[in-house]
Amino acid sequence: MNQVLLIFLPVLFALFVPLLYKTFSRIHTGWFVLLVPLTLAIYYARFIPNITEGPYTSTFYWVKSLDLSVTSYLDGLSLLFSLLITIIGSLVVLYSIFYLDRKKEQLHNFYFYLLMFMTAMLGVVQSDHLISLYLFWELTSISSFLLIGYWYNRDRSRFGALKSMMITVFGGLMMLGGFLLLAQAGGSYSIRELIANGSVIADSPYFIWMIVLILLGAFTKSAQFPFYIWLPDAMEAPTPVSAYLHSATMVKAGIYLVARLTPLFAVSEYWIWLVVLSGLITLFWGSFFAVKQTDLKGILAFSTVSQLGMIMAMLGAAGIAFHVESPQKTIFAFAAYAAIFHLVNHATFKGSLFMVAGIVDHETGTRDIRKLGGLMSLMPISFTIAAIGSLAMAGLPPFNGFLSKELFLTSMLSLKEFSLFNFSTWGPILPWVAFVASIFTFVYCLYFLYYTFMGKGNTSKLPKKPHEAPIGMLISPIILASLVVAIFFIPNVIGKYFIKPAVLAMQPQLYETIDDIPIHVQAWHGWTTELQMTIGIVVIGFLLFITLKKWQPIYRFVSEKWSLNGLYNRLMRFADVDSQKLSNLYMTGSMRHYLMYMFAFMVVAVISTLFMSNGFNYSTANTAEVGIFEIATLIVMIIGTLTVLIARTRLTAIIALGAVGYSVALFFIIFNAPDLALTQLVIETVSVALFLLAFYHLPKMSRHEERMPFKINNFLIALGVGVMVTLVALSAQSQKLLPSISQYYKDTVYTKAGGGNIVNVILVDYRGFDTLFEITVLAIAGMAILGMIKLRRPKKEKKTHETK
Amino acid sequence: MKLNNVILKTTTQVVFFMIFLFSIHIFFAGHFSPGGGFVGGLLTASALVLLLLTYDLKTVQQLLPINYTTMTAIGLLLSLGTAATSAFLGDAFFKHYFDHFTLPLFGDTELHTAMLFDLGVYLVVVGVTMIIIQSIGGDE
Repeated sequence: MNQVLLIFLPVLFALFVPLLYKTFSRIHTGWFVLLVPLTLAIYYARFIPNITEGPYTSTFYWVKSLDLSVTSYLDGLSLLFSLLITIIGSLVVLYSIFYLDRKKEQLHNFYFYLLMFMTAMLGVVQSDHLISLYLFWELTSISSFLLIGYWYNRDRSRFGALKSMMITVFGGLMMLGGFLLLAQAGGSYSIRELIANGSVIADSPYFIWMIVLILLGAFTKSAQFPFYIWLPDAMEAPTPVSAYLHSATMVKAGIYLVARLTPLFAVSEYWIWLVVLSGLITLFWGSFFAVKQTDLKGILAFSTVSQLGMIMAMLGAAGIAFHVESPQKTIFAFAAYAAIFHLVNHATFKGSLFMVAGIVDHETGTRDIRKLGGLMSLMPISFTIAAIGSLAMAGLPPFNGFLSKELFLTSMLSLKEFSLFNFSTWGPILPWVAFVASIFTFVYCLYFLYYTFMGKGNTSKLPKKPHEAPIGMLISPIILASLVVAIFFIPNVIGKYFIKPAVLAMQPQLYETIDDIPIHVQAWHGWTTELQMTIGIVVIGFLLFITLKKWQPIYRFVSEKWSLNGLYNRLMRFADVDSQKLSNLYMTGSMRHYLMYMFAFMVVAVISTLFMSNGFNYSTANTAEVGIFEIATLIVMIIGTLTVLIARTRLTAIIALGAVGYSVALFFIIFNAPDLALTQLVIETVSVALFLLAFYHLPKMSRHEERMPFKINNFLIALGVGVMVTLVALSAQSQKLLPSISQYYKDTVYTKAGGGNIVNVILVDYRGFDTLFEITVLAIAGMAILGMIKLRRPKKEKKTHETK
Repeated sequence: MKLNNVILKTTTQVVFFMIFLFSIHIFFAGHFSPGGGFVGGLLTASALVLLLLTYDLKTVQQLLPINYTTMTAIGLLLSLGTAATSAFLGDAFFKHYFDHFTLPLFGDTELHTAMLFDLGVYLVVVGVTMIIIQSIGGDE
């Protein structure tokens, strides 16, 4: 219960944020908010020493009858993510206190959204129940939308917020579909139980669908190719948001999901191929296009995309461990470790880089890399942090990125040794892709560092006079940067307490305890292929960087129109403008057209149903003799009906309609229905009189005395309706399955109801309820006519009103 | 030019009562022979329409100062009330009661609560028909 409650702590605290903002307007609201992630971080840190002793669960039943619960499930993986969320969250809040101005910004909004996001994210990583996982998942989308659009009076912010919302919610809904299929196949909503039930699920015919749908959710959230396009536009958010959501936490929700479901889905080759391929493509694509960017945060966004792809590729490789003999001894076991390790490293260095980008923006007034340069001497501390961050990202010693990059190359190299699923055919290409992507990673890291801080930039032209940031703003990036260095020197401590428990949670089938995981990371691991590759990366990357000015123009060949953004924009325009054109095609506003659609649809639906279900039947078994009276009346009726259709004047049509009505009354007499005949006669008279009244008051200006024009469409539809009704009536008449209930009425009309006229007794006694409401209908019609006529604004009054 | 239509007026004075009485007859006869509240109401209304045709709207309103809206409302209430009475007496909604009584002048007569319901129908039909015709006819 405690655990579940703590997930909701941030959002509960958020309720007080506006109050604190208003009451203590002299203190920056962030100081109060800072308490929340700090408390949580301390709480979760208490689990670290004994997380391997088993998962800590606690359940809050939400809708028990539907088996809906919020279950907090803390194992190594969730704990690692929870700590990332709370620790980076604390640092980001601390940073934002100095980044956002107390007087100029609407802080209560900002912190409200941020705390909402924190709850959502903790919920995502701790949920064991699929539906509550989805719930928190969408809450991250919504709070991210709100945070990106924080400066809502800027066009770009709103555009970016909408774009990220569209893409992530699309993925989220796909994922929900996958979850529902999964829960259906596994018979449970609990991820633990589903994993235990894995073999049953793998036999499900919808297994592929589950994989595709759930991966769509994970890929859209984690900005994988081709869904990464929302991330660069999300850079319009305040920098603390970018640092928190779009580098360290939210974009890793997809990574978390893939890692969490690996024990379930890694038995499938589709899962492995999809994850590996999308990861590698994203890795290459992101690193290649990062060099094109001119906005500091744009570079970081593309680099985040690329690094997420790298983690994803490793997770895919980790799935292979389920398919090989004695996996503990093979190198595939590295992949899971490498993925988690790099995830932690990425959170540290990318967080610090974003914060530096924010500092540069804050102190110089621009993020455009073409205007910046030469800030090294003016902002030495920021430069140091940026250097540590970028070199770690590039994968150089003595920073943590070096270690995880080596592990990454190890796992990619191992792919070609795997024989199943065609990996032996295509596998050898994969390390080369990783190699090329790493070269570009190296290039953009230098690009970011060099053009911001070094070179001979003209600092006097900047919008603000640059100077070092206040110390408060520097605390968080300094902490992160020192972590970057520290992890390099103590990788195995981190590995023991954080990474190995997470690996254990990810590959529970392979290991009993964390001591079984045979990985010992060290900076010097011998003269291996990985090290040679790293040297190659550094050398080629350096050469490419020096010649950057010469080859950078190739990016101009990539037209914006054919990019994925262009595709997205066209899709949006299609959904907006073109779909409106489409609906204008048929929503013409003409009543005649709508009637045509309805009748045509009815004809097609009824007739096709009739024949497809073999419902048509015709027999004369139950029919009565046709007498001379019937034929005569029928002829009168047909003549009357035809006259209505071809009449030249409306008066003729009205009279002919009256004739039809009276012949219907005659029919009632012939068929022994005196009550109906009486009513029909009187009603027909009244309605003909009303028709005449309406006819008399037709406006004189456009009164045409001409017959109805012949239209082939109308004719065909009318014919169709006639045929339809005839067919249905014939079939209904020809196959009566049950005897009529009328015998009961005949038997009891006098004994039980005390009457002799069955029709009237049915109307007022057996089924008086209908009559009650029919007279109500009549009364409503009368009142409506009265209202329409009496409650009109007189014309004279209207005119005087208008002249006023 | 307004014609003094003596023949029409004289005939109407006689025929009106004939139609009215016939409609009352049809109404009461409804339970055992063709007729009932609906047709009875329509026929009463047509008798009134005949009056309207012969004399003008104001004269008829002076002659028969009936508020047809109220009449409709009373009719609806009567029908609903009849239907609901049984519910208050502990029976199902819409249960009718009847029995035979020996009345002076009529002899053995069946009295039936369905007749009250039908009276409601009758009042509504007369009221609504007259509302429609009067409001359309009275429109300038």
